[in-house]
Amino acid sequence: MSDRLTVRKTYKLYLGGAFPRSESGRTYEVHDAKGHFLANAAWASRKDGRDAVVAARSAFGKWSGATAYNRGQVLYRVAEVMEGRAAQFTEEVAAGEGLSAAKARAAVDAAIDRWVWYAGWTDKLAAVLGSTNPVAGPYFGFSVPEPTGVVAVLAPQRSSLLGLVSVLAPVLAAGNTAVVVSSKERPLPAITLGEVLATSDVPGGVVNLLTGDAAEIGPWLAEHADVDAIDLAGAPAPLAMELERSAAGTIKRVLRAPAEEPDWTADPGLSRLRPFLETKSVWHPIGV
Amino acid sequence: MTHVLDPNALADTSSGTGTLPDPFADVTRSNDAFRAFLHGLPGVDQVGAEARAKVLGTRSIKTTAKAWAIDTAISMVDLTTLEGSDTPGKVRALAAKARRPDPTDPSCPAVAAVCVYGDLAGVAKEALAGTGINVAAVATAFPSGRASREVKLADVRDAVAGGADEIDMVIDRGAFLTGRYLDVFEEIVAVKEACGPAHLKVILETGELVTLDAVRRASWLAMLAGGDFIKTSTGKVSPAATLPVCLVMLEAVRDFRAATGRQVGVKPAGGIRTTKDAVKHLVLINETVGSDWLSPDWFRFGASSLLNDLLLQRQKLRTGHYSGPDHVSVD
Repeated sequence: MSDRLTVRKTYKLYLGGAFPRSESGRTYEVHDAKGHFLANAAWASRKDGRDAVVAARSAFGKWSGATAYNRGQVLYRVAEVMEGRAAQFTEEVAAGEGLSAAKARAAVDAAIDRWVWYAGWTDKLAAVLGSTNPVAGPYFGFSVPEPTGVVAVLAPQRSSLLGLVSVLAPVLAAGNTAVVVSSKERPLPAITLGEVLATSDVPGGVVNLLTGDAAEIGPWLAEHADVDAIDLAGAPAPLAMELERSAAGTIKRVLRAPAEEPDWTADPGLSRLRPFLETKSVWHPIGV
Repeated sequence: MTHVLDPNALADTSSGTGTLPDPFADVTRSNDAFRAFLHGLPGVDQVGAEARAKVLGTRSIKTTAKAWAIDTAISMVDLTTLEGSDTPGKVRALAAKARRPDPTDPSCPAVAAVCVYGDLAGVAKEALAGTGINVAAVATAFPSGRASREVKLADVRDAVAGGADEIDMVIDRGAFLTGRYLDVFEEIVAVKEACGPAHLKVILETGELVTLDAVRRASWLAMLAGGDFIKTSTGKVSPAATLPVCLVMLEAVRDFRAATGRQVGVKPAGGIRTTKDAVKHLVLINETVGSDWLSPDWFRFGASSLLNDLLLQRQKLRTGHYSGPDHVSVD
């Protein structure tokens, strides 16, 4: 009687705070590093990308308008929930990336630490990247960083959790909303992260996670007039060039793809925060 | 449809103004007779109407047909602003948008009309002079309709004097729901007279009529009283325009034309926000009443945010990539 039937999972997208199926109705099989079946994932289409941008745009006002302190608290809460799910993340990372349990656990710990680190940055960005400018006149001159807007993120293809967190968390910490296309072969940690986000305090639509092929959805996001920036971390080399070109049509901020997927354990500094911030300068008359 | 679709009635359609079309000449002789007539209309199968509307909503309209549908829908829009905070400046801005909905593309058609409160009809008329775009004004104590008949008629005359080409009136739902059908009828007749040359659209406010049977009765009442258009809602009450309601109203105008020879237009208003909704309505027209109604003369969308979505979809078809709300004007 111990031969329990396996519960075969068919995951869905995380879009606008809900878990819909792909508009196209498509799914694909996810396998572990040895080729064994793990689960079915939704195969997002360009229309899911379009819907995700609409959701991200409508969530932008509230998220970017929240105080930096509040954003930090919300993001820290995400790290707390991730910690509770660490065992599940470890299993998925180990299966997907073919790591030993210990190495997978180390990657998960690093991902959670990375999230906490970015959560701490929210209320320090204005002090570090803003300034009071010396001006030759009876004015105050301030420069303050502001979020860019809706950011499309093509997540790294190899590092399925640490890589994903390293590209997503800075986008959120800066006050942007995100449309993320996960790793195609290793989407499970992204799906679980979606479940984490849905059960923490992040408002629906701030993060939209699409599982599927970056080469299929990427061009639509790069050309989309309502996407303000695109992170090409997970775009393969020939595609990345093409995406940069189409992103130029609507003058997007583009964070270029590295030639090789970098070592995500390295300290990122401000390298992924600065690209998704715009500097606003204000002149204010000095009262007499 | 028994007596309504009496084939003998089709021949003679020469009814003068003020008198009812021939087969119905005596239905308004008393409130009881009118009530008997309206309640004698065939009942609406609500489940059937909802299922029919739903199945027609699943049609997939793509490429060239979609481009045609978008342009047709734009030309049918009554661009509306009915806020307490409306100003002459806002109406002028809306008029500019009505003339050239997409300033980056001269091939984009103009809308059918601009719909405003009566006191701003003059401003709209001036801003739209020589464009062929009509000015529609809401009147008769819009949106509640709770005022004496003198006040309502004065409201209508004021809007017509201001230059309105079309008057959107609301029926007295209180009277309708309590069965005083003749009062409602006489009020519409009086407003129609006060309109003079202006077209009259009769707002049924279907969200307050509760049942589809009541929608069918109100549609017939409004058409018999001389309305040139029947309109679903004010936009101030939810639910507003839904597909089943629109289906019942389209069936009513179809049957009315078959019985009397007079064609009446339909205007769903309120709650239609996306291109998909608009296309569903166009499919509904084509499948219910045929292409005779697929023109701005006989079908209108009362909407404000719909136009922007139509423009975004139009830009998507033209450029091949998705557009965004930064690329259309904020109303």
